[in-house]
Amino acid sequence: MDELLRFIGDGDAIPDKPVPGGLDGKDLLEIYRWLVVLRTFDERAVALQRQGRLGTYALYWGEEATQSGPMYACRDTDWVFPTYRQSSIGALRGVSPATVLAWWRGYGGTHGFYNAREHRVAPICVPIATHLPHAVGLAYAAKLRRDPVAALAWFGEGASSEGDFHEAMNFASVWKVPAVFFCVNNQWAISTPFSKQTATATIVAKAAAYNMPATLVDGFDPIACWKATKDALERARGGGGPTLIEASCYRIGAHGTADDPKLYRDDADAARWRALEPVGRTAGYLTRLGVLDDTKRSAIAEEAKRLISDAVAEMESMDMPGREVLFDYVYARGRPDSFAEGLDELAAVRRPPEVQPLRPQAPPSTGDADAPKGLK
Amino acid sequence: MVEALNLGHHQAMASDDRVLLMGEDVAKTGGVFRVTAGLLDRFGEERVIDTPLAEAGIIGSAIGMSLYGLLPIAEIQFDAFVYPAFEQIVVHAARYAWRTKGQVPASIVIRIPYGGGVRAPEMHSDCPEALFAHVPGLKVVSPAGPADARDMLLAAILDPDPVIFMEPKRIYRAVREEVPQEPPLDIANGNGAGGEILSRARIARPGDDLAIITYGPTVPMSIEAADQLSRERGIEARVLDLRSLYPLDVAAITGSATACGRALVVHEAPRMAGIGAEVSSLIHERAMLDLEAPVMRVTGFEVPFPQFANEDDYLPSVDRIVAGAARVLDW
Repeated sequence: MDELLRFIGDGDAIPDKPVPGGLDGKDLLEIYRWLVVLRTFDERAVALQRQGRLGTYALYWGEEATQSGPMYACRDTDWVFPTYRQSSIGALRGVSPATVLAWWRGYGGTHGFYNAREHRVAPICVPIATHLPHAVGLAYAAKLRRDPVAALAWFGEGASSEGDFHEAMNFASVWKVPAVFFCVNNQWAISTPFSKQTATATIVAKAAAYNMPATLVDGFDPIACWKATKDALERARGGGGPTLIEASCYRIGAHGTADDPKLYRDDADAARWRALEPVGRTAGYLTRLGVLDDTKRSAIAEEAKRLISDAVAEMESMDMPGREVLFDYVYARGRPDSFAEGLDELAAVRRPPEVQPLRPQAPPSTGDADAPKGLK
Repeated sequence: MVEALNLGHHQAMASDDRVLLMGEDVAKTGGVFRVTAGLLDRFGEERVIDTPLAEAGIIGSAIGMSLYGLLPIAEIQFDAFVYPAFEQIVVHAARYAWRTKGQVPASIVIRIPYGGGVRAPEMHSDCPEALFAHVPGLKVVSPAGPADARDMLLAAILDPDPVIFMEPKRIYRAVREEVPQEPPLDIANGNGAGGEILSRARIARPGDDLAIITYGPTVPMSIEAADQLSRERGIEARVLDLRSLYPLDVAAITGSATACGRALVVHEAPRMAGIGAEVSSLIHERAMLDLEAPVMRVTGFEVPFPQFANEDDYLPSVDRIVAGAARVLDW
């Protein structure tokens, strides 16, 4: 069994370890602040979905440490490759959280997408594992250019079953590129448990097949996630090649707002894991260290709330995209003739009344008694 | 055509250090068809890469290189080997511009030797171009001769959008023509007629009695069939070489149909939902009153590409094109 890298105890049976070198109090507070920003975004997005303001949303409640820690380990020049479960990670790199919310609201074009090069944040990847070869190619290019730049890509344990994962791992090793593969092993791919996903005991076990170093970390511990990623990125930028990191955690929430975990797993398991969730646990650790107190804690919470509330307001103030958004940016150069014909075809008909922004819906009818008179 | 493509690679890589070549066996051996011979020695193994044998990995990493600002050319060794990369092409290469507000297109060229007629083993002779032409965000082109092959390759590299560059295997060593050393476009500066040559059809043989609309591997045999029609029936058939399969040169297609009043579409790929179906539809929608007869098609059949002993039964031929022309002319 691989040893689990962990610094933060639970204030009870699991003991604290000293802060690793390279992090001072300011760093620790920033890592914590990022946890809180991510948590606030996630909880707000779920609420917005429930209110009918966003479409289906993939929550990450409990996985914030796997995002805050690795992101804090990056230099600004490193590239990151998120999946839909790290959808708001760009907000830690200057992508407007309103843009990410707009993406979940079903907006495209300038509303819902961002310039990947401006932020060194790849577009949010939806098809599982398919962004991993992109991280490898980007790392190859950085190495070719002799730039001290590395690529960091997140994926889930389910993604390790995909061919693209294995191709990316293999290419990265053969080419010895500066890439870090960060696996968030939350034990569940929608309803499919880890045991049905792979016959290996861990994801890090797979690194041996690619002759790649690997680290197993506590995925609820942002300091452990930071440390493993920091070491991997430094080795990568220094020409030491790629690393696989497995952050072991648990998907405490549902896969997405359309998913009901009661159908396939015991609620009690999630409740047990909840005790290890990173925001409260990190706050406890920082409090024990004397870095955080109640005043700072509520100031950080207030600031995150303001940031996300502003983003929600900005998202809601966006105009509904026009019909032309269908044809924008399909090509960087040139528009096929059929695009103008499509616009003409649309101009000749009324815009369907269904085309409008999501807005809060009336609660569903509970029966005939509620039906308005005259409608039957 | 092999030599012309080789020249194009040398010229592109010499004039712009962002250009890079990757694929299976492209470096040491110079590719199974020797299209990329000599590049490794001249440009080194960092820019001329023998990759692991994994097509999704090849196209996926090419996308990542493009994200960082390189201009990768990715070779798929044979047509039917592209399918593992289909997801990377469809969900990522085709949508990168769309998903980045037009700022970061996947500027990659995917070269695919395609089609039959060279007695290749099973799964080495497919014509998958319609699969790609159906995907918004891609450009799909196919040259039919050496000069076009070189010029279109350079234009494809210059084009910021992903280009599926289909190279007809049967023309690799079958057609010879002089290729001017100087390309018609300036790689390093991004100038020249690049957009034109990638999107405009060309009249490969003049004529006003019948438009034979085709591309890639069936262009030379269409010209031969037109010559035969001229000798045997006094019919002058125009051969329109599409060059670009997406976007289609709609004006050239309808213009040729209108000028001739009769049109026949020829391609090697299966008929169902092929390029010919789209060309025929376009003509019927826009030029029906100019037509003397419905548009007909001579294509591959809706069967898997056969073992090579039977490939000449499957492939369009001069005789089948002449017979197809007769169906249109005598309708």
